[in-house]
Amino acid sequence: MAGATSYEPEQSGSVDAAYDPNYVPDSVKSFVVHMYRHIREKNVYEIHQMYETSFQSISDRFFKDAPWPSVDAVAPYVDNDHVFCLLYREMWFRHLYARLSPTLKQRIDSWDNYCSLFQVVLHGVVNMQLPNQWLWDMVDEFVYQFQSFCQYRAKMKSKTEQEIALLRQFDQAWNVYGVLNFLQALVEKSTIIQILEQEKEGLEQFTSTDGYDYSGGSNVLKVLGYFSMIGLLRVHCLLGDYHTGLKCLLPIDISQQGVYTSVIGSHITIIYHYGFANLMLRRYVEAIREFNKILLYIFKTKQYHQKSPQFEQILKKNEQMYALLAVSLSLCPQVKLVDEAVNTQLREKYGEKMSRMQRYDDEAFALYDELFSYACPKFITPSAPSYEEPLVNYNQDAYRLQLKLFLYEVKQQQLLSGVRTFLKVYSTISLAKLATYMEVEEPTLRTILMSYKHKTHAVDSDGKISSNADLDFYIDDDMVHVVESKPTKRYGDYFMRQIVKLEGLMTDIDRIKLDI
Amino acid sequence: MGREINNTMASQNQQASTTSYTVEQLISVNPYNPDILPDLENYVNEQVSSETYSLNANLCLLRLYQFEPERMSTQIVARILIKALMAMPAPDFSLCLFLIPERVQMEEQFKTLIVLSHYLETARFRQFWDEATKNRHILEAIPGFEQAIQVYAVHLLSLTYQKIPRSVLAEAINIEGPSLEKFVQDHVDNSGWTIEKNLSKGQLIIFPQNEFNHPELKKSSVDGVSLEHITRILPIIG
Repeated sequence: MAGATSYEPEQSGSVDAAYDPNYVPDSVKSFVVHMYRHIREKNVYEIHQMYETSFQSISDRFFKDAPWPSVDAVAPYVDNDHVFCLLYREMWFRHLYARLSPTLKQRIDSWDNYCSLFQVVLHGVVNMQLPNQWLWDMVDEFVYQFQSFCQYRAKMKSKTEQEIALLRQFDQAWNVYGVLNFLQALVEKSTIIQILEQEKEGLEQFTSTDGYDYSGGSNVLKVLGYFSMIGLLRVHCLLGDYHTGLKCLLPIDISQQGVYTSVIGSHITIIYHYGFANLMLRRYVEAIREFNKILLYIFKTKQYHQKSPQFEQILKKNEQMYALLAVSLSLCPQVKLVDEAVNTQLREKYGEKMSRMQRYDDEAFALYDELFSYACPKFITPSAPSYEEPLVNYNQDAYRLQLKLFLYEVKQQQLLSGVRTFLKVYSTISLAKLATYMEVEEPTLRTILMSYKHKTHAVDSDGKISSNADLDFYIDDDMVHVVESKPTKRYGDYFMRQIVKLEGLMTDIDRIKLDI
Repeated sequence: MGREINNTMASQNQQASTTSYTVEQLISVNPYNPDILPDLENYVNEQVSSETYSLNANLCLLRLYQFEPERMSTQIVARILIKALMAMPAPDFSLCLFLIPERVQMEEQFKTLIVLSHYLETARFRQFWDEATKNRHILEAIPGFEQAIQVYAVHLLSLTYQKIPRSVLAEAINIEGPSLEKFVQDHVDNSGWTIEKNLSKGQLIIFPQNEFNHPELKKSSVDGVSLEHITRILPIIG
């Protein structure tokens, strides 16, 4: 109640325990009234401003450690508009999750709100134009809250009887089928896959308008459907289903700009999970390439995001991706694929660890463990617990399994760096000689060499084999011939970029002439 | 609300099965539906008997098991894993393990399969065949198992070798005597193998050239610009 009589909002930043959900400060009144108006007028620019800036600054001032006013309290200022209230609650919960810790009841209520919101969107009754940033945040937050719920539920030991009763009663809340089916329904109902197909043939515009609809329609379902594909990728990665995750992403061509690059959060999420999935599938070159690209992008554009509410998250994912890049490069030393700027950062952060990881001793395994654990997604167990005694925590199970299998893969590769060292210094060497140097029998050497071939050759989802090796070889009877793969410079790309640049420049010059 | 969606999907699905959709279609229409679990289990058995394979369908089933562990059949899981071994060099076996809870992986039959996978992953074919022989009772139920592993072995050998002593080949594919003679002859007739007689060392087998055992062949495919790439800039130039 402290703020109720105060007319100095600057001071009410210190909210005390007496949070009154029904008290609406003037700035919140003004916020919802304006936001509501901009939404009705489809003024995307203003909505975006309020969403990104005003919401943050009001939160910082009034609601640093308290929730926003309840939806019932603000509803009268927005004609009790049903959809607006759903959107308001979505932000309300998001703010609560970010700054406080939600109770079980609140988690369940948030789930209900997402259900209502998505149902409204799926039934096509939403006729709004919302900023991509906001729509991305919805999908992102939906998946985050699902993950958070699974982690929460898995800590059974500390649950009260009342909480367990609630969990049993609302067993549909954040149910994994419900979560996946909502994302899938958004993808399907939006026909986004067909839209992207048609766009390739020039029959439809989506990417070129950043997903917005300038002919009076709504972008909400379409763009939510688009981002839901990324949501599905992430959920599947959280479940350890990397193959299916990548399959969900197929309609989006990540070799090109797209709507996903219009929001930094979605850009990072897509590449982080894409790279991680490829790392787990042993497609190291693919992982390295994409990590390199996004890390370079972040390196160059970081300063523009400093004020963004996502800045901290950007930095965290940035660090995690350097760790994953260090892991990928340790297993597949293709440093040539990494840009100079990224490489410098990488050496600074992990140079010393990476040289120790090459040794494949116990200390090296500990480092693989450390980097993986730091940088991996927060894996979840999706099934409901047994509520019978004794209650056990299982929140670490999924993570431990993925870690164990990953380290198993690392162990299988431990002999390979030894071979590599020798292959580096010889152009030809007999099997017998190499076996002596490596202190193994010849038949064992043959298996090591074949294993090297197997592990350095990735299989893509169509079964196509491609080499990840910078150092390759073949055996002719009992002679090993080493072939160092030269980096193939892609002159084609370079020239095409220059052609496009030149054309742009010429158009500009033409325009200048006309002005004079 | 989630339930509602499930139900509408389920009813769609019932329609689907009355008009007899294939399992593959069921999955693509409706990948997150617990009701298709029995269909998927039957489909695993069908893959075994008809010597076909669908990673997507099997991952879909493992996912449903992951969501409802009480419905898991370890016999079906074992079959999926053996089929995944047969898909080497693809990483399918790991893909499946990622979805199988650790306590299940501790069961004896799964431990065996994990060891077998380890030998294949590290190209230790001698040990693999020894272990496989000891566990014949698990593997015999899956027709085509040996042949599939032999295909993998040959694949890996032909990535590695231009020329290989006959004995090394024999060990990797676990075939000897007249059967080996026939195996080699089949490949000479159908897969472009040639045989070189070498007085001092016995027979050498020459594998057909590919970009992996003749790395110099690779270059031509990487250079150059794809047509698709060029078409992208045509509108600008025109």
